Amino acid sequence: MKDVREALMVGRNSQGKLVRRPISPHLQVYKPQMSSVSSIFHRITGVALGLGTLLLTLWLVCAASGDGAFSIIQAFLSSWIGLIILFGFTAALFYHFCNGIRHLAWDAGKGFELPAMHNSGRIVFAATAILTVGFWAVGLYIW
Amino acid sequence: MSNLNADPSIHIRRSELGRARGLGAAKSGLHHWWAQRVTAIALLPLSLYFVLSVLMLKGASHAGMVSFMAEPWNAVLYLCLIAALFYHLSLGLQTVIEDYVHKDSTRLATMLAVKGLIVFCALAAAVSVLKLAL
Repeated sequence: MKDVREALMVGRNSQGKLVRRPISPHLQVYKPQMSSVSSIFHRITGVALGLGTLLLTLWLVCAASGDGAFSIIQAFLSSWIGLIILFGFTAALFYHFCNGIRHLAWDAGKGFELPAMHNSGRIVFAATAILTVGFWAVGLYIW
Repeated sequence: MSNLNADPSIHIRRSELGRARGLGAAKSGLHHWWAQRVTAIALLPLSLYFVLSVLMLKGASHAGMVSFMAEPWNAVLYLCLIAALFYHLSLGLQTVIEDYVHKDSTRLATMLAVKGLIVFCALAAAVSVLKLAL
């Protein structure tokens, strides 16, 4: 035993034999549910937005460097690969934004009941889709 | 005094493990949680502003970008965005690293590298905004 905390991970199975307790979450045996899926998406989009923040930094630094650097980054961002990256960026941003509001509601003690949690989860996924499609519709066709 | 017969455990918000160890609070646990919420609330309007600014600057020339940031409100809002965003990112990635990097030395090295990169990028972004604005 390397760590004293491992003493807390010992339990008995139904035959009374000493076993190591499984560590949660046990992703390979759990069925995906609204609670777990919306939670892991919050983390994935958070890390993805961290990468997006690197892109934001690069964009601002290019703008501050001058005309040459800025036209290169603007050309890259309006290329196909740039647009795909920006699409992922906006989808992640809108998901993290909407699910963040859901988290803040939980912090205020609201919406913990299972039906409310399932409902708010569905709203978050729908709102993400609507906001992302809306943003690109405005960006590509209207503005 | 309120009802003395009430279960005292509901008034003391501690985990079972925390109660068993009896070490008390580490005093800094709430700060991370609270700072994450404060920056999250700040980012609600700021990220909507950011999304709008991206639409406005879509395909902008360098001159367009300069005149956008020359507007003091835009520069200030961008600086607010950078402060809240990088702080929130730092807190979030710290949690992710603490959850998935188990070896102490690797965790410390990853944490220092990520936090260092975040401070570097935050300063680079802020200085760029100031250079465009001033």
